[in-house]
Amino acid sequence: MFFLLVGFLLVLLIRWQHAYSGQPIPVFGGWLGEANAPGGVISPEFYNQLGAMHGTIMVFLGVVPLAFGAFGNYLVPLQIGAPDMAFPRLNAASYWLYLAGGLVMLASFFVPGGAANNGWTSYAPLSDIAPGHGQTMWLGGMLLLIFSSLLGAMNFIATVVQLRAPGMTWFRLPFFVWAQFITAFLLLLAFPALQAAAMLQAMDRLAGTSFFLPSGLVVTGRPLEVAGDGNALLWQHLFWFLGHPEVYVLILPAMGIVAEIVANNTRKPLWGYRLMVYSIFVLGFLSFIVWAHHMFLTGMGTAISAFFQATTMIISIPSVIVLSSLILSLYGGSIRFNTPMLFALAFMPMFGIGGLTGLPLGLAATDIPLHDTNYVVGHFHYLVAPGTIFALFAGIYYWFPKVTGRMMNETLGRIHFAGSLISMNVIFLPMFIQGLAGVNRRLWDGGALYSHAQDTLSLNVPMLYAAGALGFFQLFFIVNLFVSMRSGRVANTNPWEATTLEWAATSTPPRAHGNFDQPVRVFRDPYDYSVPGATAGFLPQNAEYARSAE
Amino acid sequence: MEIPYTSEIRPDTGLTNPKLGIWLFLASEVMLFGSLFSSYVLLRTGAPTWPVQHEVLSVPLAALNTVVLIASSVTMVLAWAALAPHAAAVRAGDRQAAEAALKRYRLYMGLTLLGGAIFLVVKTIEYGDKFSHALYPATNNFLALYFTMTGLHALHVIAGMIVNGYLWGPGARMWHSEPQRFANRIEVAGIYWHFVDVVWIFLFPVLYLL
Repeated sequence: MFFLLVGFLLVLLIRWQHAYSGQPIPVFGGWLGEANAPGGVISPEFYNQLGAMHGTIMVFLGVVPLAFGAFGNYLVPLQIGAPDMAFPRLNAASYWLYLAGGLVMLASFFVPGGAANNGWTSYAPLSDIAPGHGQTMWLGGMLLLIFSSLLGAMNFIATVVQLRAPGMTWFRLPFFVWAQFITAFLLLLAFPALQAAAMLQAMDRLAGTSFFLPSGLVVTGRPLEVAGDGNALLWQHLFWFLGHPEVYVLILPAMGIVAEIVANNTRKPLWGYRLMVYSIFVLGFLSFIVWAHHMFLTGMGTAISAFFQATTMIISIPSVIVLSSLILSLYGGSIRFNTPMLFALAFMPMFGIGGLTGLPLGLAATDIPLHDTNYVVGHFHYLVAPGTIFALFAGIYYWFPKVTGRMMNETLGRIHFAGSLISMNVIFLPMFIQGLAGVNRRLWDGGALYSHAQDTLSLNVPMLYAAGALGFFQLFFIVNLFVSMRSGRVANTNPWEATTLEWAATSTPPRAHGNFDQPVRVFRDPYDYSVPGATAGFLPQNAEYARSAE
Repeated sequence: MEIPYTSEIRPDTGLTNPKLGIWLFLASEVMLFGSLFSSYVLLRTGAPTWPVQHEVLSVPLAALNTVVLIASSVTMVLAWAALAPHAAAVRAGDRQAAEAALKRYRLYMGLTLLGGAIFLVVKTIEYGDKFSHALYPATNNFLALYFTMTGLHALHVIAGMIVNGYLWGPGARMWHSEPQRFANRIEVAGIYWHFVDVVWIFLFPVLYLL
């Protein structure tokens, strides 16, 4: 959560720069240091650091650890009726490696030359020859994070395979567990590619090799003294072999959280539960063979482009199935509109916009004019910000009573929801307009030097204010979080009347390895809500048939 | 409540937790080395010239290392075989069987460690020879790949030796307290060791012979 806030503060600076480039930042400008922002004006070098580190921190230190590391770690063992994760020590090691990686990343802002400034993708050869230690520290931090996620992924898979409670068959697993299970496989098998890439780049930077340096590079007027014959595209291939599955690492846990909350608050079983599970299987597999749709502009050949655009179109099918199933689950339900459900409901159209705007990017012909414009920025921010992060908020509001034994305040939660929804859309919707006008991303002055950008530049001002407003509305969440922790309404063990196993455990689990007071047995499917003829409106998974059949 | 299946097999999956864990870890390792091998293919096919590999590197030394490493994999299996059949007897309190098994285990595990050490010494000689002929990672992409891939493999050998060394020395106390769990540990460490061996079996032809 802390890293999410840091990432957000970085982007506020970027937005300021786009709206009022070359003007000093009021009040806070002086805090950035003379080297970064002389006279309070962000320097181009510092701007590049902000961009690179915003992406890195949000993805690798913010969303993935929260969605997978925190939610998964807490809920997966509870939902399958296990006493703990399969390897508690590895779990701790994974956390400490993550923290070390995060600190290395943050510390890099303070070394001479500043943090990495080559974009979050660290494209070679620029990143190979970037001066200073920022990029090297980025690589080091990344290796630590990859190792952390590897240990985490092993642990998740082993836990789900080995520690399911008696009676918890595969198709009785809550959808959230399935989502985490597939996510773990993606992390396990995709991250090593970046690990290898980071090692090769570290060799390039430290040992003078030229894996990513082609022959004949001229830097600042002088030929580069290296062996050459390297391949800059190799970095892109290795990076996106991780990078694309990473997208699904960001989105699958969010789908899982939303599915849990939707089933609970519509008081109905999920529509097409099995279909959804099969879909994310297909999604997980296909995500390994779509990576080069990020590279249509690299001149890798039409045959390869055609293959990757075909797989990209195919992978949209399972995503659509999952989203449609979630929407169909709403049909005919008597929906309870509480804060978690509001966030979960907002997730669906937001994710829909993000997904549909992705289709033109997946087709080589339409990608070429849109590539590297603000349209792309709008597309993936719709998926991750009002998509995944809304799902994470929904999850926090939903499972807060599980963690603390108290409810979060509904009024504050609703203000937080409405404010976030409006300001997010004001920030990200104009990006599509700018992008379609051809405004490129990652420009220090937001495109002020280009004539084609002039018509849409004024949009940057409301975007800045919306970003400020977004920050303001998060205060309601932060206050709510801390106040409710101390003095929220006390909740019983199952405040949402849910069926999944985490609510069968006591609110304050015993210490050491013990989530449950007594051994758990599972008798039913995950979402037995409103079962015809049943005495109660919901039947927990550990409710025996004999009792419910009366 | 204890975490189940740390040392006994879960009936429906047929696995203990650590055994599944090591296989998952190795799956990830396959992707890591796979990425490096793919990089090798891409760089070599794209290069205008490529050195004749067996003229730059020493095939006899690498062949020796291959034999040593395979032999150490065999002794690793023997170390496990020395313990596994006797776990039940040790649990029942048979001191004599425990000591005899441990002695044989220490011999084979010691030989495995020796194999790893010989491998690393030969590797050091090879590296030193390259450096003395002014052949560095920065010289060309073939040497860059050679040093990166064999270097990463050597790190894996060292990591394996650290684990095996612990299991040979202080870690072996577990044989008396939890014999089955200790035998499982040797098996899991063995699976890892065989993997390191297999990686070398791919590295040898790709870097030295092809």
